[in-house]
Amino acid sequence: MPSSIFKWISLAMVAVFLSGCGSLTVLDPQGPVAEQQSSLIWLSIWFMIFIVLVVFVLLTIMLVKYRDRGNNDNYDPSIEGSHKLEFIWTIIPIVIVTILSIPTVITIYSLEEAPEIEEVDAQQEPLVIHATSANWKWIFSYPEEGIETINYINIPVDRPVLFKLTSADSMASFWVPQLGGQKYSMSGMETELFLAATEVGQYEGRNANFTGEGFAEQRFTVNAQTDEAFNEWVEDTQENAPSLSEDEYVHLMVPGHAEEMTFSSTHLEFVNHAYDATYSLEKRAELGYEAHSPHSREGKAFDLPILSQPINTDKTYEVELDDE
Amino acid sequence: MPLRWDEFIVTGDPFILAAQISIALTSIIAVVALTYFKKWKMLWTDWITTVDHKKIGIMYIACALLMLFRGGVDAMMMRTQLAAPELDFLSSQHYNEIFTTHGTIMIIFMAMPFLIGLMNVVVPLQIGARDLAFPFLNNLSFWTFFFGMALFNISFVIGGSPSAGWTSYFPLASNDFSPGVGQNYYALGIQLSGIGTLATGINFIVTILRMRTKGMSLMKMPMFTWTVFITSLIIVLAFPVLTVALAMMTFDLLFGTHFFTLQGEGLDMLWANLFWIWGHPEVYIVALPAFGIFSEIISTFARKKLFGYNAMVASIVVISGLSFLVWVHHFFTMGNSAAVNSFFSITTMAISVPTGVKIFNWLFTLHKGKIRFTTPMLWSLGFIPNFVIGGVTGVMLAMAAADYQYHNTYFLVSHFHYVLIAATVFACFAGLIYWYPKMFGHRMNERIGKWVFWIFMIGFNVCFFPQYFLGLDGMPRRIYTYLEGDGWFSLNLISTLGAFMMAAAFALFVYNIYYSWRYEKRDTTGDPWDGRTLEWATSSAIPPHYNFAHQPEVVERDAFWDMKEKGIDLNASTDYQKIHMPNHTWLGPVMAFFMFAASFALVFSWWIPAILSGVAIFVCMIIRSFDYNDGYYVSVEEIEETERKAKEA
Ligand code: HEM
Ligand SMILES: [Cu+2]
Ligand SMILES: [Cu+2]
Repeated sequence: MPSSIFKWISLAMVAVFLSGCGSLTVLDPQGPVAEQQSSLIWLSIWFMIFIVLVVFVLLTIMLVKYRDRGNNDNYDPSIEGSHKLEFIWTIIPIVIVTILSIPTVITIYSLEEAPEIEEVDAQQEPLVIHATSANWKWIFSYPEEGIETINYINIPVDRPVLFKLTSADSMASFWVPQLGGQKYSMSGMETELFLAATEVGQYEGRNANFTGEGFAEQRFTVNAQTDEAFNEWVEDTQENAPSLSEDEYVHLMVPGHAEEMTFSSTHLEFVNHAYDATYSLEKRAELGYEAHSPHSREGKAFDLPILSQPINTDKTYEVELDDE
Repeated sequence: MPLRWDEFIVTGDPFILAAQISIALTSIIAVVALTYFKKWKMLWTDWITTVDHKKIGIMYIACALLMLFRGGVDAMMMRTQLAAPELDFLSSQHYNEIFTTHGTIMIIFMAMPFLIGLMNVVVPLQIGARDLAFPFLNNLSFWTFFFGMALFNISFVIGGSPSAGWTSYFPLASNDFSPGVGQNYYALGIQLSGIGTLATGINFIVTILRMRTKGMSLMKMPMFTWTVFITSLIIVLAFPVLTVALAMMTFDLLFGTHFFTLQGEGLDMLWANLFWIWGHPEVYIVALPAFGIFSEIISTFARKKLFGYNAMVASIVVISGLSFLVWVHHFFTMGNSAAVNSFFSITTMAISVPTGVKIFNWLFTLHKGKIRFTTPMLWSLGFIPNFVIGGVTGVMLAMAAADYQYHNTYFLVSHFHYVLIAATVFACFAGLIYWYPKMFGHRMNERIGKWVFWIFMIGFNVCFFPQYFLGLDGMPRRIYTYLEGDGWFSLNLISTLGAFMMAAAFALFVYNIYYSWRYEKRDTTGDPWDGRTLEWATSSAIPPHYNFAHQPEVVERDAFWDMKEKGIDLNASTDYQKIHMPNHTWLGPVMAFFMFAASFALVFSWWIPAILSGVAIFVCMIIRSFDYNDGYYVSVEEIEETERKAKEA
């Protein structure tokens, strides 16, 4: 009988839903931004379960009571509507939407500001990190510290971090689920995202917006460290890491992957992609890289380069082909 | 540059090779069969050149089923690739091409044509008309859609498919990052079929406004006709935006303009805005007719009038208005100001109010009814709980601050499949089965049909429900693989199993078409379901090309039900009058073919063939302008003959 199956399915779904949520990344926040988002999500989940249950129960009742039994004595084909009922089910959704709008709007506004960290008494100035996406890697610059990393970042806990996002080429989306929601990075412009971690640990970050062939591997790691560990790392990097020249940097503009790297200077000294949308296209052309259809002979022969430190500046990207 | 055949034809992939071979074989078999059974002439005069809305509708539906198969095969390949971590069943590039074609085909070449097919078959009958307002245009619309579909589909065997997603965001979609002809196929294939869709919208608006039979005021129209009317208005308002956006894209790709590119201060965000100003209304273009179909079916099988007809009409009007005010919810994360995001959050959530009203009105149509669980009814009842799950998660996505966490994840993928499948696909199945006897003269087998429904419905939930959790666990959409350490293995495996259940259900559905054709009882009444609206007042198995020998006169809503109650028999009188009908047209398919030729040449930047085909299109237009032939009369004798046969059957 269909109605009992509906009921069974709905119960099973709710059970799965509630048992599985605890360990899900997004619902396991490790900082105040993700925290606000996950409580908003939970609030909405409760409302939605309520709505779903109302509809499922009503549907089940209708199907059980009014299925054709041959001789339905409750059959009444004259009904056309009811203003009272229709008024009720217009008003109730309006009320629910209003109730959900208020915390939504408050949270939208609050995410635009540096998050307050409850655990500390004196709020610190946000740490500024420029995050630049380039097919298919992440480039991070710490302008105040004068250091740059590829595909990983270290941040201190309990201090807000202001990410200034831009892109060297395709539009990407900077996302560290356990620390907070994502935002797009676009070349020729700058977007801003505040995040903060309150627990020491390693968090997965990635590009969430499709950027083509190497998209799935366009990931990075976030290491949230104690203040001391972070400062120590900064000093150590400033002293010991190699500096980044423009000649080396341009190799990052060629589509491909990169290993984790660390430098004691930043690319902001020679380019900020937020103000120069075509830099990467010009540089990769200078290196001899040409974009080829993946279905052409050249495209089939081309392998994504994997760049490691120190970047090999001799390498050019022309594809060797034996002519037939 | 000389033509290199190994680049022109896609090579190097065993799946594509298999597809190429099977396409070649199928074409040969089709040609041989048509020749052997001497069916070429019939194909040409009865189908290709027809202006009969019912036959055009059937051709639309046949193409849509084919595309459901194609898009479904794409889906199965993707789900196979994702079944376990780090599989290399598909390469990254191949996966990207497949999800791009899957999305585009399902929306543009499956959902829309399926519904337009049903609209074609049903709407003129429901309003007691003899055909659409512009029958020639209808034929042309079909053929532009058909050739648009053909153009988009050949991309995977010739030249290579697009791979920048069905949204084709710039700068990724520009030549610098998507080299090759794939994006050209995207721009031109959608453009070509979009012309047909736009013309269809105009055609239905005029038909519904001008061709209703006597007594059918707007507020006496069947609900499906109402939804088609509103949908057509949305089409006419939204599609020009897509047309312009695609034209700009084409210029960027082929002629080196910089509307959206990185160079020349192009505006990538402009593309995203234009795309979604069309794209969100598009969602309602495929949802509203579905709502109309469910309204008809639920009312028929609950044996009751639709509850709250006026509120139902009002809610689709409100939905259509709001659908133009929400597009930014597709990119809350683009760095908009808090005020902008708040505004679009609220407008989006507001859509749930009229939608909720509809859900409760359907539920109360069942109240005090006499419900028969036929297969069309099962699909319609299954729609309600599944669509509600899709709807409430839609409200969750509308809350911008939370959307920063759902955006671009499997949470979103699950949400839109819950709405697109539970509303659109369920409605296509429901509507096809419901109106099947009208088209083919017999019902589909109910027993097999129920199996199809249950396997599909359960498979659908097994496939997509786990994806909400994958999304909340941080799995982004459009990744071709993931790592074991991500912890997404078990839910993905379950999801893939569900996908294959749906595929099995589809196969069974196709088998049912064959089975029913062989073994189902022929319907002689024209009214196999005890229907309520005028399409059931004509005979079955494609009603005569003039639809009604006597045009019905409408007194009440649910006009046919009303006639049956009052004992009026529309076909009682044999006092016929000659009927004016439009002629067949060879110009429609020929003109559309030249559009195809021009587009195909443009895909490969073959300028001279493109220009020649362009000239040919223009010549066709001139021929059409001087075509004074305005139809013919069906004689009284022919009507008598046809009607007598229908009665004898
Ligand atoms: C038959 C069952 C179906 C299955 C198993 C399925 C599966 C999938 C999968 C695996 C993806 C790719 C997810 C990703 O990698 O991001 C996808 C994307 C998509 N699907 Fe489906 N799908 C089905 C039916 C449909 C239908 C009926 C529609 C529309 C009417 C549809 C519309 C889309 C769209 C628009 C996308 C997004 C494509 C893109 O990201 O560019 N799907 N589907
Ligand atoms: Cu931008
Ligand atoms: Cu939308």
